[in-house]
Parts: sequence; structure tokens; C-alpha cells
Amino acid sequence: MSKSIFIDTTICTACRGCQVACKQWHDLPAEKTINVGSYQNPQDLSFDTYKLVRMKEEIINGRLEWLFFPDQCRHCVDAPCLETAFDENAIYRDPATGAILYTRESKKLDAEEITGSCPYNIPRKAMDGVLAKCDMCNDRIHNGLQPACVTACPTGAMTFGDREEILAFAKKRLGKVKQKFAKAMLLNPDEVNVIYLVGFDPQLYSDYAVASSDRGGLSRSVALRKMMGPFAKMMRV
Amino acid sequence: MTNHWIDIRNSDCILIMGSNAAENHPISFKYVTQAMEKGAKLISVDPRFTRTSSKADIYTALRSGTDIAFLGGMIKYILENNLYNKEYTAAYTNAPFIVGESYGFNDGLFSGYKKGGEEGPSLGSYDKSKWAFEMDGNKVPKMDRTLKHKRSVFQLLKVHYSRYDLDTVSKVTGTPKEDLLEVYKTYAATGATGQAGTIMYAMGWTQHTVGTQNIRTMAMIQLLLGNMGVAGGGVNALRGESNVQGSTDHCLLWHIWPGYLKTARASNDSLDAYNTKWTPKSQDPLSANWWSNYPKYSVSMLKSFFGKNATKSNQFGYNWLPKVDDGKAYSWFDIFDDMYKGDISGFFAWGMNPACSGSNVSKIRKSMENLDWMVNVNIFDNETGSFWKGPDKDPSKIKTEVFMLPAAVFVEKEGSITNSGRWMQWRYQGPKPLGNSRPDGDIIMELGHRIKEKYKTSDSVFKDPIVNLKWDYETNGTYDPHKAAKEINGYFTKDCTVKGKQCKKGTLVPSFAWLQADGSTSSGNWLYCNSYTEKGNMSARKGQKDAPNNIGLFPEFAWCWPVNRRILYNRASVDPQGRPWDKKDWVVKFAGEVKDGKYVSKKWLGDVPDGGWYPLENPDGSKRKDAKHPFIMRKHGHAQIFGPGRADGPFSEHYEPLECPVEKNYFSSQMVNPTAVVYSSKADAHATCDPRFPFVGTTYRVSEHWQTGLMTRPQEWLMELQPNVFVEMSEELAKLRGIKNGERVNVSSARATLECTAVVTKRFKPFTIGYATVHQVGIPWHYGWRWPSTGTEESANLLTPPAGDPNTRIPETKAFMVNVTKL
Repeated sequence: MSKSIFIDTTICTACRGCQVACKQWHDLPAEKTINVGSYQNPQDLSFDTYKLVRMKEEIINGRLEWLFFPDQCRHCVDAPCLETAFDENAIYRDPATGAILYTRESKKLDAEEITGSCPYNIPRKAMDGVLAKCDMCNDRIHNGLQPACVTACPTGAMTFGDREEILAFAKKRLGKVKQKFAKAMLLNPDEVNVIYLVGFDPQLYSDYAVASSDRGGLSRSVALRKMMGPFAKMMRV
Repeated sequence: MTNHWIDIRNSDCILIMGSNAAENHPISFKYVTQAMEKGAKLISVDPRFTRTSSKADIYTALRSGTDIAFLGGMIKYILENNLYNKEYTAAYTNAPFIVGESYGFNDGLFSGYKKGGEEGPSLGSYDKSKWAFEMDGNKVPKMDRTLKHKRSVFQLLKVHYSRYDLDTVSKVTGTPKEDLLEVYKTYAATGATGQAGTIMYAMGWTQHTVGTQNIRTMAMIQLLLGNMGVAGGGVNALRGESNVQGSTDHCLLWHIWPGYLKTARASNDSLDAYNTKWTPKSQDPLSANWWSNYPKYSVSMLKSFFGKNATKSNQFGYNWLPKVDDGKAYSWFDIFDDMYKGDISGFFAWGMNPACSGSNVSKIRKSMENLDWMVNVNIFDNETGSFWKGPDKDPSKIKTEVFMLPAAVFVEKEGSITNSGRWMQWRYQGPKPLGNSRPDGDIIMELGHRIKEKYKTSDSVFKDPIVNLKWDYETNGTYDPHKAAKEINGYFTKDCTVKGKQCKKGTLVPSFAWLQADGSTSSGNWLYCNSYTEKGNMSARKGQKDAPNNIGLFPEFAWCWPVNRRILYNRASVDPQGRPWDKKDWVVKFAGEVKDGKYVSKKWLGDVPDGGWYPLENPDGSKRKDAKHPFIMRKHGHAQIFGPGRADGPFSEHYEPLECPVEKNYFSSQMVNPTAVVYSSKADAHATCDPRFPFVGTTYRVSEHWQTGLMTRPQEWLMELQPNVFVEMSEELAKLRGIKNGERVNVSSARATLECTAVVTKRFKPFTIGYATVHQVGIPWHYGWRWPSTGTEESANLLTPPAGDPNTRIPETKAFMVNVTKL
């Protein structure tokens, strides 16, 4: 059964404990940053930064809102990157958790094709061509722990569990949040395993908060493979 | 905190003002969020829109240093709209007390004012006897429970704050009138019976020349609304370190001894004189006047310090303790002022980084040059230990010898911390200390042994205090935190009978109610007596069961002072007959048996009550003679809306910060707190209403760093998040100065210039003060030249002013004047 993470941005305080916990668990190096006039840092996801709290100041209905969006891989139910790679040694799904995982073999892939296939603009390439992104802390999950980011969250903005339960929880939560945020919505809940709840127009949080129509989608070769289903693998189309 | 962290979830309205809880106390937001899920309103009042504000139902801004104006307006609103809790105010506060005729207030000054101070740099002082209550023939304060007497505290309060009208408040604070009204209306709704409002504050309120009165004003509001003692209420100081509460309890500050006993003055020339001076007396049989036990606590403390060497014949060693000169202050400010003048030649900087953390650090760094030696006890080298090679220093000209003693970090040692909610929590050792670093306890123990040895063999003057000091908190040659914890709790020092029970010499005292003034008990800190008893180490408990009222007291988890009472003043949460105001989230309730309309047995349920006496009234409404008023730590048993003990007045009053942007105080002709302390050495420059420094400045923290950054600046993952010292400013100010977002700029004050990265943001807006536009900027104070190694990220305390509150001498780092210019 797939696992899912629910991220309720309406109660996220952007303390960024998740961002640091992610680096700590994965032993990722700090990037050399400078303050460019915003608290958000680093400026974008990278090979060394799997999780990034995006911060935006927006005037909405005459009121200032500081929007926080802890961005990370959505671990799609049907993952375009996995379909595009079509190489289980490079990108595969852990059937036990549903986590989409990248290996060092990913450097043999066409990186641009993979990153371009992601509707959420997540995977990033190292100098040597290896691709990386959030792995849902798959190793922690197999050891009975929750993902590091979920454990670090002080307000309970992140919840982890079985997909069905999380989906039900997310929908229930949406009902409640709508009392305060009329335009609240879940982002692509049927398509992803990292389900965001936002209070305002998702485009305000990040260009890729919801699946972007100008990215991803299926290339002709991937569409063909999908159509052929299990035979595709045998034929290595 | 009068309440505690978990209790925030019981609140109906949370005011976060003078703090930025989401950023600086992130875990607290777990409970804020839980309260909001249950429908609580969150109000954020801050000069700048913060991460806390981003979660608030109501956000509004005020100019730094104008909190009393803002809150004074709320008092006026509460009184004029009859929103105060009448029963509570009349029964439990000193609102009914009659103030003597010599009290007066005119044009910003209370009666009894005298310019200039006995205590060094004070601007002035008051003869507080002018503010005394009128007493009846039995020496009990005269009261009018109808609150109608024209000299009752209540009526004086009304008159005092009648001047805080919306127009004037808005003109001073810069807060729009409609915002003021919305905040007042929302918060005042907690005056309804069964509703609770809480305040979460921190340094944004304390670090002003009116810091104490900021808190007093809110305490007055909480009393008027009946929010003290109840679940989800209280006055809650969010402490800035895990153990600030503990260190304060154990006499970190110069003017108090452990457990908030007074530091002896030179004029307290005997133990009797000391005890007589500081033991309050009440003739009211209904006042518990708990401090009447003072001599039991002071003598038990002396027994703890000097052990068997403390005897009745030598006044338990009272004369061995250092006394402070009458009229002289020894605060942080004063220490460095003395050091600057060359009066201090040796200095221990222990777990502190004054070269970055004090106000006006240029003076502090300069004063260190006058030292012969400094011992820096810390986990890393810092700007203090390396001051001699800091910016603008010539090491060849500095004689100070610096010794670095590497200390173990908190996870490497066993012991307790006391959190903001007064919970003493035991921590165990994790990894062993690295290299030659040692726990603070070991360093102190060895230092003590060496000093004692020196004094024993030399013919030094006045060696009694040193050689007679009890110094035996070790097991197998290393510091034993259990021995120290037991000493703090206290022992019976001889076989004795207390409360009809046989107590055996050498056993631990069960609670402070058992402490004696005859030397038969010891206790290093009476407030902690009950924390480590014959039942074991109470602070190490991990019980997960809640109390029957199910409000998150968790009485078997850790231990809380005093006597495990989780909510202070909790007998004010019940009506005079002992029935909770709030039936759902009740804290305590009286459950004694009733016969013929009278209580005939004593029983309280819920939290540990503030004394287990009978309620003030029987169920039939008759008054009881054996009851006690609920505010047992006050001499007269009533909470103080009128506070005649404060240095700057019994009510609060708006004064401008020492450095301010306005030439006029709209409330009176007194510009600055007339009792503020202002230092005036060559290194203590200040400038008010000076066109060179046109913008209000303030300092604050961010989530990503801690204190002076000593533990966080070397941490690369945190530096990745907040790499540079920055100055936040409005888009309007940036435009005015031609500053682009992200560029480096200079921020200067009368003291120094600091280079910062400009963060131009919608979260700061210009204020309209009077009829003028006033800009404000803010800077985090977590940085210092020592790290990062570029040396470019310096301390914001280079800019902060040399002035402080007259009660505490806390510096005014939250409101001063600066300029911002392009590099």
C-alpha cells in the first residue's frame, strides 16, 4: 500500500525545521548562499536540496499574506519521470511505500528529458549527471519511522500515513479549512502522494504548485510505451 | 509563565505582542494551532508583519516603544464599555483599595518625584510612601468593594487611563483607529465568564526603558478581564533559552538571591535586621501573606550554603555573605560601566557572549581592554574571548590575558533545566564531552576547591566565607548533579518534630511548608523544595496521565515550582464559594462536604491549589473567617492593579524611548521615563529627534539562529538559511533612499555603523505618527565578526542604546534611532 504525506500550508509557520531535518537525515551539504533580499534560501531546489520552503509576500483581498510552501517531490501515483526514464535501475517505485526513487544510474538518462517530464519541476542534476530529489525518507519508513521532515514539524502541518487514510484526512481537513479560507483546495490529490492543502490560488505559492500544463505531459515515446503496457518493457521501445 | 506551554491550547483568544512566537518559540505554535483549531482567535501586534502575523486572525502594527499607549487604550475601552469582570475585579484585585490622599498624578509625573537618583545614572526617583493605601484601625487596607469611592484604585484607574483615547493612542502608536478597536473588542471579549485570553510576550516588551510597566499594563488588563489563574489565561513570558527560568530562579540577577529572596544591603547589618526588613507584615487575618515565611527560607538557604558551620550563634553565616551598597546597582550595565572606568580587573564570561549580546557592545568591547584577565567558559571561542583581536583592536596594545575553558555542550552532561512554564525537567547525559571539555559543574567544583585551598593556606583577609562554604557536591571526584539537586531541595539538619511529625536528620525535606528558621532545615532554594524528596527525583518523572480536569496539566510529568502547581494563582479561577468560573476548563474546584449551607471539610480537586484553605464564602453566602484571599504572595492577598512597589509609578504611563522620532509626547510633557537609567560615559552616546538618525530601529531574532549565534553561526545548514545580517525595511523607505532589495547598506546610530543586507519588504509599512510619516527598520542580533570567517556579519548591538528600565536595568534594545544609507 502506498504511503502519503499531507502538507497543510495553512498552519505552516515556515520555521524550516523540515528543510534542515531533510539535509540532516540525508547528510546533504549546505549550499553557499547569500541573502538576496528574502528569507527564502537557497533560492531553488538543487541536487543538494530536496526540500525547500518557498516564501511569497502577496496582497490578497487587500490583506498582506506571507505564503509558505514546503516544496518537494510529490511521488506521483503515475510518475512521468519514471515512465520517461523507463529504466528501473535508474528510477523505480518502491512497491511497499510508493516512493519514487532515483539511483546513481540516473546519470545514464537524458537528464533534461527527465526533469522536463516532471509537472512540478522537482528533479535536479549534479555536475556528473546524477539526478536527485526527495526520496520520502524511504529508509526511515522501512524502519518504522516517519519521514524526517514530518517528524520535525512543530505545528502538525505535515502528516504521514497510508494513502487512503491520508487522502480521507486531507479531504476532511479541507472541509474545515474552507470555513476560514473560502478558496482552499487540495493540489492534485488523486495524482500525487504528497498532497498539499493551500488557502489561496496555488499559482501564488509557486509556479509549479499544481501540475503545470506547459511541462511534463507525455512525450510520444512515453505515450507509446504506456499504450503497449507490459509489453513495452519486453520490447524496450 | 504563570501558566505553561500546553495550557495555551485552552485559550479563547491569544494575543502575541512583544514576541514573535512562531519564529522564536516554534514549538509553542503547536499549542497556538491547537487552540485555533478549537476556535480561538489569534491577534498579532508587531511593528513588522512576521511569521506569527502570517497565521493571525488579526494583525496590526505599532511603532516600537508605544505598547503602553496601545494597552492603555485597551484599559480605557474595557472600563468604558463595562467589559471588565466585575465580580473578579472586586473580590480578588486591589481595585477596591483606597489610596491615600498624597497620591497624585500630574502631567506625566506621579507624586513624590525627585530629579536625579541615588542609584547612579537614574534620571530620577520617587518617594513611594506617597502612594500608600489608607489603612483602617486594624492596619488593614480600607476597601470599597462597590468600587465607587473616588480614591479607590478602580476610580483612579479610570481617571488615569481616560486620557488614552483612540485619537491620541493612534497618533502615538501609528496604529489605525479601526485596528485598535478591532483588537480591543476581540480581546476584551475574554472578560466574559468562562472565556480566557492569554498573552505571549518576550523581549519585545521587556527591553525598553518602560519594560516593566509594559508587562504591568497587560497584567492589569488580565486582572480586569478575570484572566489570571484560569486555564488558557495568565501572563506568559516566553523565555529565550531552555533554562532562563531556572537561572533566574537560582539568582542569576544581582538583586535577588535564590528563590527571589532579596540580596542583602549593607544597611541590613544583621540577620535579624535583614529578615525584618524584607519580611512583609499583614494584620489582615484573611491574608496568607506567604512571604511572612521569609526567615524560614533565608535561614534554610544559609544552612545550605555553610552547612554545619552555620549556627544560631554566628547568625547562620549571614555576615559571611557579600552585601551590596545601599543605593548602588550591580546590573549588567553597571558591571560594564565599572569595567569601562577601570574598576574591575578580572572577569568570568561563563556561557555568555557579552561582546555581541549586550546593548552598545562597542563600550563592552572597549571595557574588556581594562581587564587584567578574563576567563571565557564556553563551548566555542567567541567574540568575547577573542575581543583583543576583533575589529579596530590592536592586540599589541591590549594587556588582558584570556583563558579559554572549553565547556561540555548540554547533551553531554546530566542535570536539570527549568522551562518557561516553570517545569524542572531532568536531562541525562548523552555522548561524553569531547576532548578536554568538561561540564560546567566540574569546572565550578574544581575552581571552588582551588580557591578554598588558597584561602586556607594564606593569611588573606576575611577568609571565613570561603573556608566555611559547604562544597561537597561530588561523587568519585566528579560533580554530581543529584547532590546539587538534593541540596537545592534541602535536608533536615537534625532530628526534629515538624507539623507533629518526626523528621529524621539527613532526610530530604518534603516541601517548603516544612522549612524552619531555627537551623533545623536547609534548602538552597525554597521554591524548589519538593523537587527532590525521599520519594525521588520529581523532575525526572515521565507520567503521561492528565489530571481529572483534563486541561493538560500532566501533574506526574516532570515537576513544577511551586509544589508542582501548574497554574499560578489558581484559586482565582473559582468564585468566592470555590466554584470554577469556567465549568468546562476548570483548574481547581472545592469539593468539601456541606452541612446546613456551610462547608465542614476541606477538599480541593484539580491542580495543586494556592494554599488549601477553605473558600472565602460558604454555599449559603456567609463569609468564612478561616479563608485566605487567593493572591497569597501579595502582602494583602489581592492582585495589584495599583502597584505601589514599582520604581516608575503605581500605574503605567506612556513615555517615549530614550531615542525617539517625535519631539512631543502626546500624553504629557515628560518625554522619557523620568526614572529611566541612562549611562553617560564617552562611549554612551545617544541622540533623539536628531535629523542624522531619522528612522526607528529595533532588533529581533529569527528562527534560524540562536542568541548571539555562537551555536548556530558555525552550523552550515543554518547559515545556508540565514547567511547575512540584514535590515528589513518598507518598500517606501527603500524608494526614499534608492535602495534595491538584496544590496548591502549601512545602518548607523549615534553609537556605530553596521553593514547589512537590505531586505525590502511589504511586511514593514511606514507609520503616521502625529502628522508625520515615520519609518522603522529592524535587524536580527545573531551575528558577530568571529564567524563567518569573512568578518563582515557584525552584531546589531553595535547600534543599541545605553539606557534601561529603572526596575530591572534591562537595556532598551527594542527602540532606538538609526539612519539607513547606500554603501
